Amino acid sequence: MSQALRLLDPTAETATETRPRRERPKTLEGATIGLLDINKPRGNEFLDRLEELLAARGLRVERFRKPRFSAVAPTELKQEIAGRCAAVIEALAD
Amino acid sequence: MRELPDGLVAVVKRECPTCALIAPLLERLAGECGAAVASEDDESGLELSFHAGVEIVPTLLRVAGGREVGRVFGWNRDEWRAFTGLADLGADLPANRPGCGSRTLEPGMPAKLAVRYGAAKFASRLRDVPPGADEAEWCFEQGWTDGLPVVPPTEERVYAMLQGTRRRADEVLGAIPPNFAECTVEKAAINAVLAGCKPEYLPVVLTAIEAALLPQFGLHGILATTNAVGPVVMVNGPIARAIGMNARGNALGQGNRANASIGRALQLVVRNVGGGRPGEIDRAVFGNPGKYTFCFAEDESDPRWESYAAERGFPPRASTVTLFPGDGVTPVIDHVSRRPEDLVKSYAGCLRALYNPGQVNDVAAFLVVAGEHANVFYEAGWSKARLKEALTERLWVPLDEVVEGRSGKLQMSAEELGQPRAPKFRTGSLNIVRAGGAAGKYSALISGLGSRGINPVTKEIRE
Repeated sequence: MSQALRLLDPTAETATETRPRRERPKTLEGATIGLLDINKPRGNEFLDRLEELLAARGLRVERFRKPRFSAVAPTELKQEIAGRCAAVIEALAD
Repeated sequence: MRELPDGLVAVVKRECPTCALIAPLLERLAGECGAAVASEDDESGLELSFHAGVEIVPTLLRVAGGREVGRVFGWNRDEWRAFTGLADLGADLPANRPGCGSRTLEPGMPAKLAVRYGAAKFASRLRDVPPGADEAEWCFEQGWTDGLPVVPPTEERVYAMLQGTRRRADEVLGAIPPNFAECTVEKAAINAVLAGCKPEYLPVVLTAIEAALLPQFGLHGILATTNAVGPVVMVNGPIARAIGMNARGNALGQGNRANASIGRALQLVVRNVGGGRPGEIDRAVFGNPGKYTFCFAEDESDPRWESYAAERGFPPRASTVTLFPGDGVTPVIDHVSRRPEDLVKSYAGCLRALYNPGQVNDVAAFLVVAGEHANVFYEAGWSKARLKEALTERLWVPLDEVVEGRSGKLQMSAEELGQPRAPKFRTGSLNIVRAGGAAGKYSALISGLGSRGINPVTKEIRE
């Protein structure tokens, strides 16, 4: 008779949690929009144009920049954006 | 652990001639001193022997208050007489006979018994393979593999793996991206079992994981990038030779267990602990075969060039792991050149083409010089540094050939501004190492990512 084979779990043993997206703002009127440059070359060109377009609609824009595109944004930066902006646009270019 | 019975306890096994020789004495000791006999051929005797840490049979233990207070092993008349206080013990026996190895130390037994008798404790959960299921197929179904079969991580195998390090199983090596889940020594050991490592490879695996977590390596970016790179592992120092790593013929290829399984273990930790999987957070357009495993040792057998680790300031006695984000191997074939200057031309042409002849950003290379090419430099008295200088001198890229330069978009430093050209490896991301077979006029390039923010990392191995 063979005993059941027991194996040790090689994973982090974490479960994925799905959370609902944050509700989108009903209106952008008077809102501040964050523009996050992830620090890839020429991302600023794209964001400059977006800033023009948003400003033309009378929206306030704040610019942010990740220190390094290949690393996740520091928590402080994410908190700062969340605290100051109603929405954020993250741009990737090359 | 079960308590040992107080008094004298003899541990023996059936197939040991010395145990057979002293069997009549044990009967006398039982009668006169109340000695107990534990045979390793019985489950209870084996368990007692395991818990008492018996290495040789016969072993005579003296136990008081459940704790061992003394032992003799093998047969030595004077020792046994002194130990038992019986001055005429074994008068008709030879004065001395060595014992035999304990059954607890037979191959595979320490791990088996540690699990059976509860000495092996794990924090990770146990998963039962359903009865009748094929364990290799079941591991695939759990998503634990890189596409190749894995060694099922039984408690015995993981326990044996953990004997490869002095570090505690619950020590945290760091948080593995992308999920930033904690990786303990135990989790690393489980994945090292999956990868096919031997316990003596574990210190290298642990250090490779720690090196990958250094911020300047940028593991998160490396696994998430559209680029083809993955961690390339190079081992320096005595441990590479001790565990039989290959630095010579086919060093960058298949066939050496240590090379193959150490690199694979690191990748499996990223997959299983960190959650970095292709098609999910791993966005590589191509990837490369080295993402299964890419690990080799530097050939340090000729002292005329200092090793990479020595260049980085590590002493020769140190063993180190170097990681860099690399992808494919580009061979450089030059059977003809006999002068360093000519080899430099061959190398430079190949190096210039890496990623794109006009790419000067985010490109790095390890130039791996094999035996016959190395001899050309040795005989001409060229140091590694001189070779690097000569290559750097030939690796200027005219600005109108630089990809970003053509559109006037190359971000240039103050020193570079006004220059009509840019260096191919702008951030010093060209390194030279030795490996490969002795015969054949070849070298090899390992291309990869390199920038001001992304650099190779080197970490000393702790056992």
